[in-house]
Amino acid sequence: MIKFLLKGILRDRSRSLFPFLTVTIGVMLTVFLYCYIKGAESNFIESSARFSTGHVKIMSRAYAAEADQIPNDLAYVGVESLLLELRQEFPDMVWTPRIRFGGLLDIPDEAGETRSQGTVAGLAVDLFGSDSPERLIINIEKAVVSGHLPRKQGEILISADLATTLDVRPGDTATLIGSTMHGSMAITNFTVAGTIRFGVTAMDRGAVLADIHDIQEALDMEDAAGEILGFYRGFIYKDKDAEDMASRFNARHHGQGESDEFLPVMVTLKNQSGLADLLAMMGMFSSVVVLIFVAAMSIVLWNAGLMGSLRRYGEIGVRLAMGEDKGHLYRSLIAESMLIAVFGTIAGTTVGVAIAYYIQVHGIDISSFMKSSSLMVTDVLRAQVTPVSFVIGFLPGLGATFIGTSISGIGIYRRKTSTLMKELE
Amino acid sequence: MENAALIQTKDLVKIYPMGSHELVALNNVNLDFKKGEFAGLVGPSGSGKTTLLNIVGSLDSPTRGSAIVMGKKVEELSHKQAARLRNSHIGFIFQTFNLLPVYTVFENVEFPLLLLGFSPAERKRLVMEALDWVRLADRARSRPAQLSGGESQRVAIARAIVKKPAIILADEPTANLDAENSHNVLQIMEELNQETGTTFIFATHDEKVISYLRRKITLIDGRVVRDEVMTPERQPEAKAQAQAQAQAQAKPSPGRTEQAEETGGPGGTGTRGGSGGRR
Repeated sequence: MIKFLLKGILRDRSRSLFPFLTVTIGVMLTVFLYCYIKGAESNFIESSARFSTGHVKIMSRAYAAEADQIPNDLAYVGVESLLLELRQEFPDMVWTPRIRFGGLLDIPDEAGETRSQGTVAGLAVDLFGSDSPERLIINIEKAVVSGHLPRKQGEILISADLATTLDVRPGDTATLIGSTMHGSMAITNFTVAGTIRFGVTAMDRGAVLADIHDIQEALDMEDAAGEILGFYRGFIYKDKDAEDMASRFNARHHGQGESDEFLPVMVTLKNQSGLADLLAMMGMFSSVVVLIFVAAMSIVLWNAGLMGSLRRYGEIGVRLAMGEDKGHLYRSLIAESMLIAVFGTIAGTTVGVAIAYYIQVHGIDISSFMKSSSLMVTDVLRAQVTPVSFVIGFLPGLGATFIGTSISGIGIYRRKTSTLMKELE
Repeated sequence: MENAALIQTKDLVKIYPMGSHELVALNNVNLDFKKGEFAGLVGPSGSGKTTLLNIVGSLDSPTRGSAIVMGKKVEELSHKQAARLRNSHIGFIFQTFNLLPVYTVFENVEFPLLLLGFSPAERKRLVMEALDWVRLADRARSRPAQLSGGESQRVAIARAIVKKPAIILADEPTANLDAENSHNVLQIMEELNQETGTTFIFATHDEKVISYLRRKITLIDGRVVRDEVMTPERQPEAKAQAQAQAQAQAKPSPGRTEQAEETGGPGGTGTRGGSGGRR
């Protein structure tokens, strides 16, 4: 029977072409939008993880409570011993300390007078450690626009945009004016080794990248760091696993003294900066996209089914007269439409994935929309083709066709066999 | 011919509500049809021919009385049971062929066998046998659009007989055919009836069809007014008269090329001894 139906579909284009095109276009858009949302989500997670949240982050409880304000006076002290403990207990993770700091960057002229000045948001990472993963995590080599990476203590990198604003070139001296961990004024001279651009507007607007030991010294933060970031090897965030790890870590450290606000606390990527809500919202968008396409395509295919039923009124009548059961006829129409849906879904998925893959490779430059953004999102948005991309289209493709044909086919049950002879005259 | 009736109607009444009135389409019809009959329901429009055919074909049910087809009471059958009865035992031939246009001749004839779940090999054998009967074996791969009216009706006959039904119901089967093609298809049906014992029941007011009948049931206003057996002496006479009329109509003219070709081909008028025939 399937072969018989297939022949009809292939030979009668007016029966199959419109539903096929509807399914193909609908599935293509669904797959593409899914990949695009997925890409945006991954982009956001990855950028946030690399520059801000890690896959998990450890802070002092007090620092965590005020984390938005970067309260280095509440930083965790005893970083080295905690790192040792973490590396032993969670060997699957890569652990690295960071200090985020703010301040004023003063550029002196030849006479030592201020030539230019600007506020900066700094990030201190381990640039020189032999086993430091930071160069890979934030991909510093690729970010260098001019000059070179810091080769010795006292060298910093500044964002290319900030360098242009402050008219700084590699080799120039820059003075960081900030406050120490204990609240005193901190003034330290650095040499600008190079300029960088990460492609994340929030980072590129006014960032300074320095070695963590330099900043610990400059801000009196000996053996202290605002944050210790943990990353999964392979850089794939595993939410459930991260939650388990955080629960275990926090349970053990909370047991040491409930009232000590300087005890470390581990927070997962999703539980930072409202990311959980944002990711849930993105997940909801994906579902809404699929639902919209299922609904819209169902209506279109319902109409296509009705048109087809009208056009094939005679054929349906003959089949009923010949003794085909109404249920069998109804099911065969659904089977026929599902065959079209399978072909349409395969075609739509192929085209959708191909477009998504192109955008995954080449990306779309959104830097012009990100000028005042503080989101950790790269300026080039890329779609992401995942295994789900290859199957997500089957939901609207087959679902909408099934719904559309099921509704339009109900007319078969209303057909009266007693009038068939007259109808077939 | 066996004596047991394949079809029996007892005090059959069919009433259609027409607003505040009622239309009595069949009024106490009592008929028996035995295996191998070649019978026709004749009468003017609105006399109840098609209604009776509908009920006998389990497409409709009576308002009162009973119609027993192949031992089953039509009025007691569910939609599904009625469909099964039609599928297994009844073949239909319609006025307008009603072939499925996207399928080939072979596939059109094959369709009822698909519904009955025959194996591919069995389907092929039965379809070719049926096409052989109607002398269209060489057109098996053609599409309905490539066939003449006569050929299309012969395909419809093949489709009706392929499952070897006990009963074939034909509603005005020659209404869309010219005289010559009408005789072609009627001859095929007559031969089928004689060789396979299939019961044929026609609803018609076409004299050509009537000339082939061996039993003529005249209906007027839903009542059987005459039930005649066409005597062998009378039948060839009427047939010859109808055929003569057909030949007169078929004199070569620019518009008759198709019929001329058909007559000369394997499916033409006359004996079934042509290249497309079974014998």
